[in-house]
Amino acid sequence: MTKILGISAFYHDSAAAITIDGKIVAAAQEERFSRKKHDPRYPYNAIEFVLNFAKIKLSEVDHIVFFEKPFLKFERLLETYVAMAPRGFLQFSKAMPTWLREKLFQKKMLFNLLKKHDKNFKEISKIFFSEHHLSHAASAFFPSPYEEAIVLTADGVGEWATTTVAIGKKNSLKIKKEIHFPHSLGLLYSAFTYYTGFKVNSGEYKLMGLAPYGEPKYVDLIEKNLIHIKEDGSFRLNQDYFNYTTGLSMTNEKFHNLFGQKPRDSKKDKITQFHMDIASSIQSVTEDIMIKICKSLRKEFNIPNLCLAGGVALNCVANGKILKEKIFEKIWIQPAAGDAGGSLGAALAFWYLELKKSREVTSKDAMSGSYLGPYFDNEEIKNKLNNLGAKFEILEDDALIEKTADDLSKGNAIGWFQGRMEFGPRALGGRSILGDPRSSSMQKNLNLKVKYRESFRPFAPSVLRDDVNEWFELNEDSPYMLLVADIKREKQNQMTEDEKKLFGIDKLNIKRSEIPAVTHVDYSARIQTVSRDTNKKYYDLINKFKDKTNCPVIVNTSFNVRGEPIVNTPEDAFNCFMGTELDNLVIGNCYLIKEYQNPALKKDYTKNFELD
Amino acid sequence: MDFVKEFWEFLKIRKKYWLLPIIIVLVIFGGLIVLSQGSAVAPFIYTIF
Repeated sequence: MTKILGISAFYHDSAAAITIDGKIVAAAQEERFSRKKHDPRYPYNAIEFVLNFAKIKLSEVDHIVFFEKPFLKFERLLETYVAMAPRGFLQFSKAMPTWLREKLFQKKMLFNLLKKHDKNFKEISKIFFSEHHLSHAASAFFPSPYEEAIVLTADGVGEWATTTVAIGKKNSLKIKKEIHFPHSLGLLYSAFTYYTGFKVNSGEYKLMGLAPYGEPKYVDLIEKNLIHIKEDGSFRLNQDYFNYTTGLSMTNEKFHNLFGQKPRDSKKDKITQFHMDIASSIQSVTEDIMIKICKSLRKEFNIPNLCLAGGVALNCVANGKILKEKIFEKIWIQPAAGDAGGSLGAALAFWYLELKKSREVTSKDAMSGSYLGPYFDNEEIKNKLNNLGAKFEILEDDALIEKTADDLSKGNAIGWFQGRMEFGPRALGGRSILGDPRSSSMQKNLNLKVKYRESFRPFAPSVLRDDVNEWFELNEDSPYMLLVADIKREKQNQMTEDEKKLFGIDKLNIKRSEIPAVTHVDYSARIQTVSRDTNKKYYDLINKFKDKTNCPVIVNTSFNVRGEPIVNTPEDAFNCFMGTELDNLVIGNCYLIKEYQNPALKKDYTKNFELD
Repeated sequence: MDFVKEFWEFLKIRKKYWLLPIIIVLVIFGGLIVLSQGSAVAPFIYTIF
């Protein structure tokens, strides 16, 4: 048996994954263990978890693959500084000490860190380095259910590449073309994330959520000044407007003058219609580029399947538009499309490309529903809850589903902790907060009382796969919540003339459909389809909710508060439950009701995490 | 030593020999800064700058 450990680290979202004979056994992000969101440090805890889960020691691992090449990254940094000199000295002086001290000697550094897991680990020759975008592409193609596919990856930047096109066929994956730094779709989107006052590398999906409140008024301005887009979707950014190659911010004065405002300071400036229009404009430009790239690739390679990965592939609105355009017959998106997924891609790339092992393609993907993280059995959960002083009752599966569905239909907000934790940024019914989508106050309540986050942010629906087409303009699998589609017209409530005149966040108060809690202001929803064979318990719960309410849809949001990584252990779940206004916690077969808990266990939870 | 060998291989494959002088200078100055922290090399640094 060949065991391969994949690692991504030292930039953001560090993670570890393990494959045995090409089968994905376990994968997890470090942030879930360290409780520090987007933790970039060496993923000690995540590696410990994947090794323990696979029941092997590090010395028994055959190959260890890091997700990118540090030398190539260093080359890019040096060349950029030389090209830009003397501008960029500040960034240079900040970056070089870390590089010269440790990053350049990453192999040795990794070796020393790895030895901490197992003193018998002595072979530095087991450590290999993949390439950033090759790792993304491998994570998108090898687990996909396709024998042949076009693989498109796009993110901020890896070594040099920012956008890559590869062709995957059976067990081969060949990179065909690349767009190089500083021309980057991910960095363009991040520049606007920064400009609108959100945190770069984490606030991008807030910008995406804000977009439907605005009008794409600035598209022309962006396309005339900031970016030159060619017919095939390839692009060049005008560096006169950006500061990321040389400075310590994303945008410069010229950029701010172009739009007529300084970047929003999230500590004191409110989000205005201007920021919503900016969000709408950059979202529209991103979609335009992605669609153009996809159309030209479909024409050039004539392959009907598309695989996506890289941070830009988490832009589910753009993904939904690609699907709607019917450019490809099938689309598959890696659920851990960001850098965390690079760990998995690195391991898979080694198995198929370096060891040249054959690949069997099945009708379902190889991600096991992305439930690749830690698992706790009922006995463990019971003991942990007792230690925490929790009051709970233990129910059999049927009674548990019945009671949860019943409480959901009464409008309760429920913490749902079941089975293995998800790998990737989305909660998919393993570590989720659930609610009734029919309630018109649910979105506001969940945002303000449970998640403590901005009220404009939408929630996503989980819907039974068989019923998706009855409620949404979608008839595809979307198991990883990475596709956005509209609510079916017959389920929508059309706005009156007066309501249409409302601007921005005021639109949020209108009941827009039969399931308002998951209907964004433009009638769209980020859909997760749920099948019995990937998550039976979750499927049964939604099915029971449907029996009671005639609605096969529930609200599904990640089990955390703003700024907190998704809960990992029963302790994390209980703390979050006690620190927020969640009504119930269903953890394994244990059922907790808030009013029965000891009030002394309540904590001021919101201050524990830095807001993102 | 392995690092030097690997880095040389990298420069050869990438045909980026022109990076070498920059790296040497960076390493020398980097080394001097590290050594200068409370050591006998410190006065030598001050005479340069």
